[in-house]
Amino acid sequence: MSLTADDVNKIAHLARLGIDKQDVAAYANDLSGMLDLMTQMAEVNTDHVEPMAHPMDQAQRLRADAVTELNHREAFQAIAPQVEAGLYLVPKVIE
Amino acid sequence: MHNKTLTELSLGLQAKTFSSVELTQFFLNRIDQHQQLNAYITVTPELALAQAKAADQRIANGRSDLLTGIPIAQKDIFCTQGVTTTCGSKMLANFTAPYNATVIEKFNQAGAVMLGKLNMDEFAMGSSNETSYYGAVKNPWNINTVPGGSSGGSAAAVSARLAVCATGTDTGGSIRQPAALCGITGLKPTYGRVSRYGMIAYASSLDQGGPMTRSAEDAAIMLQAMAGFDEKDSTSVDMPVPDYRAGLTKSLVGLKIGLPKEFFGEGLNDDVAATLAVAIEEYRKLGAEMIDISMPNLKLAIPAYYVIAPAECSANLSRFDGVRYGYRCESPVDLTDLYTRSRGEGFGKEVKRRILMGTYALSTGYYDAYYLKAQKIRRLISEDFKTALATVDVIMGPVTPNTAFGIGEKMADPIAMYLSDIYTIAINLAGVPAMSIPAGFVAGMPVGLQLIGDYFSEDRLLNIAHQYQQVTDWHTYIPTGFE
Repeated sequence: MSLTADDVNKIAHLARLGIDKQDVAAYANDLSGMLDLMTQMAEVNTDHVEPMAHPMDQAQRLRADAVTELNHREAFQAIAPQVEAGLYLVPKVIE
Repeated sequence: MHNKTLTELSLGLQAKTFSSVELTQFFLNRIDQHQQLNAYITVTPELALAQAKAADQRIANGRSDLLTGIPIAQKDIFCTQGVTTTCGSKMLANFTAPYNATVIEKFNQAGAVMLGKLNMDEFAMGSSNETSYYGAVKNPWNINTVPGGSSGGSAAAVSARLAVCATGTDTGGSIRQPAALCGITGLKPTYGRVSRYGMIAYASSLDQGGPMTRSAEDAAIMLQAMAGFDEKDSTSVDMPVPDYRAGLTKSLVGLKIGLPKEFFGEGLNDDVAATLAVAIEEYRKLGAEMIDISMPNLKLAIPAYYVIAPAECSANLSRFDGVRYGYRCESPVDLTDLYTRSRGEGFGKEVKRRILMGTYALSTGYYDAYYLKAQKIRRLISEDFKTALATVDVIMGPVTPNTAFGIGEKMADPIAMYLSDIYTIAINLAGVPAMSIPAGFVAGMPVGLQLIGDYFSEDRLLNIAHQYQQVTDWHTYIPTGFE
């Protein structure tokens, strides 16, 4: 299976990932190469195989619904690109 | 001083033959002298000397443990409070972690001294350390070759004695492969054995932290400090941690070693194969029995991994959005531009390649064909390990098909780079523990032997590695120029 430059641009948009125009062809080629590797999987019959999401097959551990963390807003915002009055700033979303 | 083992250094500190401050300064000087290896991203001399001073105080008060005062280094994937934590990326070049990873916390509690943060492939995605934003690390055995990856800085630093020991993380071979290529001992524990809290995520169902050391005994000491249940990691396993050092001396008489034919077939370099045959023969002399086995689904590990790992990576790395922390592009015109350009400018090519692959595999219409299929294949691979480990105690094989390749050699062909991880990836998919131990040299470059055990059999693996290191000296060799 091979991907086109258009496919790559669509995937990049889904991932909100900027890629340089001159690199698009190379990504299409690399991803196509990866997809070629994956054709090996299609040749294997997995009809009655349970998918494995996690090595331990364990259930998600639950905990009591109790407060365990203190408020670290100031420490977390100290490393943010742009904050004001305790809020994260981004470009205007609604005109 | 740098050729002493962790145990010897620990005894020296307890006996006050030298102080932790002296030992720490000695290693800081070595780091400074050997900057050409590019093993460290950040060196933290002030913090290290302050920790060393505190360790000396603790030793004087008789409250020390084996790691107290020992200068170690951390892979730059572990969040370290107040210290730049880059994960090898431009995205986190300005990121000062606001909290400690559990692994960092545990070493702090043990009184270990942190010399600095080690270079790595960007977000642990790579097999050569060449994807690091901070430049490639060089292999101390030949500076024109790669140290392996992604824990390449860790392997180079331990091999060149720029730290007594180091941490690494392993998603598809990132502890074992660089350990093999740099001639050191590396252990990837069972998934869930070491807390992932504060360890920057790449592929969450595969990532596992572990020790990178000069010997199995040192690895036992380090793992003792790292392992254990952590309620802050929802996939941490609540099981008792055995005394790893206590098990090292057990005899190997009657040990059943499985040799999968898939590990010794086409693709394995003849000289590497011959070196491994000698190493395996050594185990026969120690009383082990060899059993030929087959693991027919191993060949599917690479395609399954390159669906599952990128899929998890694309989800994990969506947190880097230029809003809360990390890199933000200049003058974004709107929110989409902010996300797209911050991520486009902040991530390197290999990371982008995997985000694209993962996004595609998870997108509408392709999920069943790729992601679900890969998870089913993962089950088949895992069953192969269960079947094999029901009849043998340990599986042995190569870590890498060849010794270290040249810097730049595989960067133009990502698929060739992926294929070099053929012997390590299946282990992560199954979640079992595995080690790489030094087993000889081919044309002056180290060769690693891989030991793979059943879930939570780290004690047995360390025992098997230690017994080999009692009758061989491959783990004591030092690269020229670093004696």
